[in-house]
Amino acid sequence: MTDTSQIVEEDLEHLEETVGPARRGRLSEFWYYFSQNKGAVIGLVVFTIVVLVAVFAPLIAPHNPSIQNRDAFLVPPFWMEGGNSAYVLGTDAVGRDILSRLIFGARFSLFIGLFVVVLAMSVGILVGLIAGYARGWVDTVIMRIMDVILAFPSLLLALVLVAILGPGLLNAMVAIALVLQPHFVRLTRASVMAERTREYVISSRVAGAGVFRLMFITILPNCMAPLIVQATLSFSNAILDAAALGFLGMGAQPPTPEWGTMLAEAREFILRAWWVVTFPGLAILVTVLAINLMGDGMRDALDPRLKKS
Amino acid sequence: MLRFLLQKLGLLIPTFIGVSIIAFAFIRLLPGDPITLLAGERGVSAERYEQLQATYGFDKPIVVQYFDYLGNILQGDFGTSIVTKRPVLEEFMTLFPATLELSICAIILATAIGIPAGIFAAVRRGSFFDQSIMGVALVGYSMPIFWWGLLLIILFSGILQWTPVSGRISLLYFFQPVTGFMLIDSLLSGQAGAFKSAVSHLILPTVVLATIPLAVIARQTRSAMLEVLSEDYVRTARSKGLAPMRVIGLHALRNALIPVVTTIGLQVGVLLAGAILTETIFSWPGIGKWMVDSVFKRDYSVVQGGLLLIAGMIMLVNLVVDLVYGLINPRIRR
Repeated sequence: MTDTSQIVEEDLEHLEETVGPARRGRLSEFWYYFSQNKGAVIGLVVFTIVVLVAVFAPLIAPHNPSIQNRDAFLVPPFWMEGGNSAYVLGTDAVGRDILSRLIFGARFSLFIGLFVVVLAMSVGILVGLIAGYARGWVDTVIMRIMDVILAFPSLLLALVLVAILGPGLLNAMVAIALVLQPHFVRLTRASVMAERTREYVISSRVAGAGVFRLMFITILPNCMAPLIVQATLSFSNAILDAAALGFLGMGAQPPTPEWGTMLAEAREFILRAWWVVTFPGLAILVTVLAINLMGDGMRDALDPRLKKS
Repeated sequence: MLRFLLQKLGLLIPTFIGVSIIAFAFIRLLPGDPITLLAGERGVSAERYEQLQATYGFDKPIVVQYFDYLGNILQGDFGTSIVTKRPVLEEFMTLFPATLELSICAIILATAIGIPAGIFAAVRRGSFFDQSIMGVALVGYSMPIFWWGLLLIILFSGILQWTPVSGRISLLYFFQPVTGFMLIDSLLSGQAGAFKSAVSHLILPTVVLATIPLAVIARQTRSAMLEVLSEDYVRTARSKGLAPMRVIGLHALRNALIPVVTTIGLQVGVLLAGAILTETIFSWPGIGKWMVDSVFKRDYSVVQGGLLLIAGMIMLVNLVVDLVYGLINPRIRR
């Protein structure tokens, strides 16, 4: 009796010794492959800058983003004729500094991305785990519901949901999260189904692990790689969709300095003042591009099939 | 193959029922009274209210209402627009050719550039061309297309004055639609310059709508091609001494295109979502703009009918893609 328990304990110690460094090893291995990808590193740098800009917005922004200057309507950027060095990227139709609005807009876009991904991912993982683990009619019902959501063009469904909930940033984010969440459900379910018959899961069940332990502690960590990649993709999709809803007048409402909403306000001036239109869109593009570059790098670093080549 | 078809259809029916439930529930979930919303009238008298309630069937139990609704749909009755008083299906059929024409042109452009670009990038893997093509593709994939459209308008319509800002054809030309496709109708009309005008109106929206599918197709072609190029049979073909072009074109491409075909099919949903933005920017009279306008005009019966029609169409296209996939890739059929 004592012998066996001692052996088991020694085994456990041995296991912890090997597993500990292996975890750290995995992280450094991830970083090794990630940093091999130049684009991914550039994406990470740009994204970090956007995050810093968002965090320190009040310190960086030269003007208050919502204060209107009646003496400076549609001032062009400083390098153009009639430009003013006080307004580096010019002003909009009511005399607000575009640069300051862009800087504060970074806060909205990152918050939108984070909120949507956390909501879509946590709901999606939970539902996907249930579907993949329970199988049977529960699985069928869940997957048919996901099919229904995916049968609509995502932007159209989000638009209609916002029409029901009422225009506004929060409702737009909830609608986008709902539209993006089936992807997480499908991925989680597929991974769970692939993992649940593996030996480590069966041995854990034989050892007496309960359903929740099996779902969340045994299986879930082994399904995370594709989910993390999907999370990055959803982050950029959320920013794009929220900007599109803002552009259609259904997202954040003026005078919020959200980039899509800024574009909507600028539409009527496109042929007179190109800068009002150009910079907010450029901000969206650069942010989304940086996130997608990071996503590509993460996929390559997490996908073992691609590592060999 | 028949079993495969039936299996796919079996999956489609519950999805369609789900979609119809969403469309049915939409009107009832909106804040406010559905009858006032549907009638589009402010301050309905009690008498008129009851009359309308009977007309729309809101006095019946909800399950009965749903089956009535489903029955109407199966008979082709998708409701009547509150604003124009025309049947929703009729409006859809009038506007759909405009979206279809734009989408077809966009998918042709995306495929015609995306597939060769992807092949080229894969064959010259790691080269400067590969990196540039994939870089541009990623920019396209990350593009907020509503902004991209505005930029193109500034450059080509504003500064260069090469293309018109909006619409499908210049107001100088008028003819009865025959096919609904402006390119064909303008040729049939025989009016000088009409075709040219239609083309110049079509170019910018096509480019905008094609941007994301183009990027997706190029990336997908490249990765499918890379996978196939490392297969044994390609190595065999190469070692036999076949010309590189023959190996790439004949042995590799045919197999690499299988997943690409699926990707192209799956772009239909993306195209329709893109059409919402593209049509709004260019005032293109298609179903995307129709849906956005209806949401703003609170023409909810149009939104309800349009939701169902659009989702139904996407499901049909996905079914066709699945079947084509089954045809070209027998392994799927089991």
